[in-house]
Amino acid sequence: MSALVFTLRDKPEQRLDLSALIPDRLARLSLKEIENIALETTRIAVRAGDIFRIRKGDAADIRFAGGSDRFDRVGEAMSGGSIALEGHVGARAGRLMRGGTLAISGNVGPWAGSGMAGGTMTIGGNAGDWLGGPLAGELAGMCGGVLLVKGNTGQEAGHRLRRGTLIVAKTAGAYAGRAMIAGTLLIGGRAGPMPGYLMRRGTIVLGEPPEALSPAFLDSCPVELVFARLLAASLHKMSPALAGTMKRPLRRLAGDVAVNGKGEILLPV
Amino acid sequence: MRTLKVRGLRIDDSFAEAFPMSGTAIVITAPAPKWARQAATTMTGFATSVIACGCEAGIDRALKPQETPDGRPGVRVLLFAMSVDALQTQLMNRLGQCVLTCPGTACYADLEGEKKLKLGSAIRYFADGWQISKKFGGKHYWRMPVMEGEFVCEATTGLTQKAVGGGNLLIMGENLEKTLRATEAAVAAIARVKDAIMPFPGGIVRSGSKIGSKYKALIASTNHFYCPTLKGAVDTALDEDIGCVLEIVIDGLTSDAVASSMRAGLAAVIKLGSKRGALRVGAGNYGGKLGPHHYHLKDLLP
Repeated sequence: MSALVFTLRDKPEQRLDLSALIPDRLARLSLKEIENIALETTRIAVRAGDIFRIRKGDAADIRFAGGSDRFDRVGEAMSGGSIALEGHVGARAGRLMRGGTLAISGNVGPWAGSGMAGGTMTIGGNAGDWLGGPLAGELAGMCGGVLLVKGNTGQEAGHRLRRGTLIVAKTAGAYAGRAMIAGTLLIGGRAGPMPGYLMRRGTIVLGEPPEALSPAFLDSCPVELVFARLLAASLHKMSPALAGTMKRPLRRLAGDVAVNGKGEILLPV
Repeated sequence: MRTLKVRGLRIDDSFAEAFPMSGTAIVITAPAPKWARQAATTMTGFATSVIACGCEAGIDRALKPQETPDGRPGVRVLLFAMSVDALQTQLMNRLGQCVLTCPGTACYADLEGEKKLKLGSAIRYFADGWQISKKFGGKHYWRMPVMEGEFVCEATTGLTQKAVGGGNLLIMGENLEKTLRATEAAVAAIARVKDAIMPFPGGIVRSGSKIGSKYKALIASTNHFYCPTLKGAVDTALDEDIGCVLEIVIDGLTSDAVASSMRAGLAAVIKLGSKRGALRVGAGNYGGKLGPHHYHLKDLLP
């Protein structure tokens, strides 16, 4: 069975909540029922059929032809199947995702992958601030799965990361991995100031020295880690450059000693 | 006993009787093959028989760097015990005392299975709070800081309760020299079979046992039916021309692995021939009433 395709009719006039258009919710719905799904928005009520030309297909394989930075909550809370979107999206893409694959070819707004617990999310372009991070009041950010950004990301990527692997192929803004609880954050390019600020446990891998490093990270020594070889093997397909970094001799910085200091930043020697 | 004549050798029309066991497989890697093998050898030492060792263990095969999770040379080890609890205890103790302690090593699961045995999860507390849990690529690892650097160990490994223990061949010859030559050929052939080990020294046991003893305290005693020096004194199973008997015991993760091992061993003994090697091959059983797995030699002939 071919994919269920949503083709964007026109540039949307208001912000749209697309969290209803996930494989879990569309399974067993007819084309008519899908077209009639009311989308949360701001002023004028709209239905999915008003925004998209919909081609019938397998709800486990959803494709969006055309994106918009007004598309919020794309793939939110999906637990299986796949969503592929050609273009950009707005805030909270892949938030609370539990399984399946979500691929966005363009840029994403803030809180992409926020609190995701499983599955794989790939962002072809850049990501906004608080990648994988919690919303205000939540205790933990991303807690499972794999989140790959092929471009750059804004500030506080991996905020309160608890589990899972978050990969930023290029640069990251300030305070990447802030208050990390555990998990693995990898940044291929240059990170902004203070990566790992107040991190408790977990691993941050930096492909290049950051703009500024917190004095609360203490140099352990250059190390040869079997763990780095395992991580390199698992990254091989997603990010060959970072896999290469993991195979080089690494310096280990232990921190943030301002909290419990069981985290680490790994840097090429 | 009825025998079949194959290329000058007598093959008993008999069968090996084997038992269900709990089994598992792990991979030990190290910077050099020497240290991976050292850890495996140490871990599988004193693991010849569940009668007194707690488990039966051995090296399945050496692994090339490209076959292991971390790209270093490795060794695959199999462990077997009579119960899941016994296997868990032996695995934990041997991992903690023999692999954790060995320079350069890391340890990984190498068996799929719905039920799991604790591997790193059982010994992580050695790191005194500095242990690091890592989950990625669908795997869970523990990193434990040690004086040499870090010991990386997968959290759990798979368990099978369909393992088989006690496949065997009784290789009989004129003297020790020829019998050992034939048995060594069989061991070399069986070593190439995947998912099976021969837990005794060099794969060979020279003191096969029978169940029971004249002494109440012993549960097993020398298999006097097969002792050449007792011919004449006891109801012997040996012929006039047999002066030495060696046994190969085989444990496998599957019944197929045990059958394949016995087939490979039998073929090697037959290929060597009766002039330089063995005169007769038999198999040990208890009449077929105790163990559910029966491997008839006549079905395993090349």
